[in-house]
Amino acid sequence: MSLLSIEALEASYGAFKALRGVDFAVGEGQIHVILGANGAGKTTTLRAISGTVERSGAIMFDGKRIDQCSPRQVVAGGIAHVPQGRGTFADLTVDENLRLGAYLRSGPQVKEDRERWLSFFPRLRERLSQQAGSLSGGEQQMLAIARALMLRPRLLLLDEPSLGLAPIITQSLFKTLVAIRDATSMTMLIVEQNANLALAIADQGLVLESGQIVLRDEAARLAKNDEIRRIYLGYE
Amino acid sequence: MNLLFSQLADGIADGAIYASLALALVFSYRSTSIVNFAQGEMAMLSAFTAWQLMAWGLGLFAAAAVSIGLSFVFGAVLYFCIVRPLSKANLLTVVSVLIGLYLALNSLAGFIWTYTIKPFPSFFPAGHLKIGSFNVAYETAGTVAIISAVLVVLYILFEKTKVGLAMRGAASAPDSSVLVGVSVPVMLMIGWGIAASLGALSGILVAPRVFLNPTMMFGIIIYAFAAATLGGFDSMIGAIVGGLLVGVIENLVGTYVPWIGADLKVIVALILIFATLLIKPDGLFGRRKVVRL
Repeated sequence: MSLLSIEALEASYGAFKALRGVDFAVGEGQIHVILGANGAGKTTTLRAISGTVERSGAIMFDGKRIDQCSPRQVVAGGIAHVPQGRGTFADLTVDENLRLGAYLRSGPQVKEDRERWLSFFPRLRERLSQQAGSLSGGEQQMLAIARALMLRPRLLLLDEPSLGLAPIITQSLFKTLVAIRDATSMTMLIVEQNANLALAIADQGLVLESGQIVLRDEAARLAKNDEIRRIYLGYE
Repeated sequence: MNLLFSQLADGIADGAIYASLALALVFSYRSTSIVNFAQGEMAMLSAFTAWQLMAWGLGLFAAAAVSIGLSFVFGAVLYFCIVRPLSKANLLTVVSVLIGLYLALNSLAGFIWTYTIKPFPSFFPAGHLKIGSFNVAYETAGTVAIISAVLVVLYILFEKTKVGLAMRGAASAPDSSVLVGVSVPVMLMIGWGIAASLGALSGILVAPRVFLNPTMMFGIIIYAFAAATLGGFDSMIGAIVGGLLVGVIENLVGTYVPWIGADLKVIVALILIFATLLIKPDGLFGRRKVVRL
């Protein structure tokens, strides 16, 4: 059974329809990547799932309908969203960001989790008392992800984690994501422009165009697809 | 020397009251980027409420506590019913509404309690505390002690508790707060509630000195504005330091600059506001606003 399944998902900003009937499913422990040009509806798809945009259609998560839930309920239900542009608390310290990430939880496990995620992102440990706003772009992205993981989510939504990062940083970030998935069997849905890297770590990929899915396949096969290679990977 | 010391002590006591009122302004500003122009009148209403409760038979401490509690509710309701619905409105609209509220509360107090001034009991006995060869009035020392205690409580709330952390998060990054499950409106509501409570405390502490009447906060709120401007409107530390500085400067200038004296002291506040905006518009501790285009 799929952890997340979406049917006939629509979302709009005013008169503009950003999503026009999207359906897909993500199995537990899998990494799915959503590719597409700017304005294709990638970010909106994630927002529709986390409830931060008006949406209609059916969203099932862990066997329950969540399309009527408020963002807070979605978060409490186990879906963590790392928005585009990081979404950290710039005025708070790294440690406070992590504590706030666990806002809905309590108990000794929170401390254990903090140690666990810091071991995946050792750079953050050196910066615990520093203001998040003073971190480098890569560190902020790590913090945003660690902050999201503090929720102990079952599904992690990542919106363009590579945005604005140097290629080498992006590579190590994606390696860490795979390591986290392997260690926790966490499910991830990643929106990316960097199709090359994203397809390399994903199980499945789908391509959005004007609010509709135009292509879906196993990631390895998509990476070899001529059209994908031409449009997103820059091969002729 | 004795005169200087007593003026400094008075300045610090006045400054502590300005600081708590300035802190109230900073709280609502930080959480919602709105300067609550009605804050002074809310504090006045709180002092009247405490007076009324005493007239109905409550003791001073109980009346003050109940009034501070009711003020919290008033602040929270004000946020929910007026500020929040207007959060998308033009800034001038919000300012007009709050100035309207200022006038309405002032008239309301006059309507209920009339404009005759009333005495208000002090928390502290008359008399002096001897520190070496210096005398400090119990009232002065007590005011500073109460406000210091409140500041410690606020520090613990914001730095050591989960709710405090969530409130700071909600004020600095509302979008991210939603994504960690923080209910932003509730946090901002608590922020406005705490602001109103702080205002109530300063109203109740200042009432014995200026006597109770609907215009009692006119002379106080201007110093609180000077304190918040001087310290930086988005800084809690700034409000405290600014409040103390304004209190001390006001008292020293009033005493040692003969042509200013007690009557023109309010000019000090205006000059401070003017000079701060001219020289360092973000205040001593304020963060420079960077706007991304």
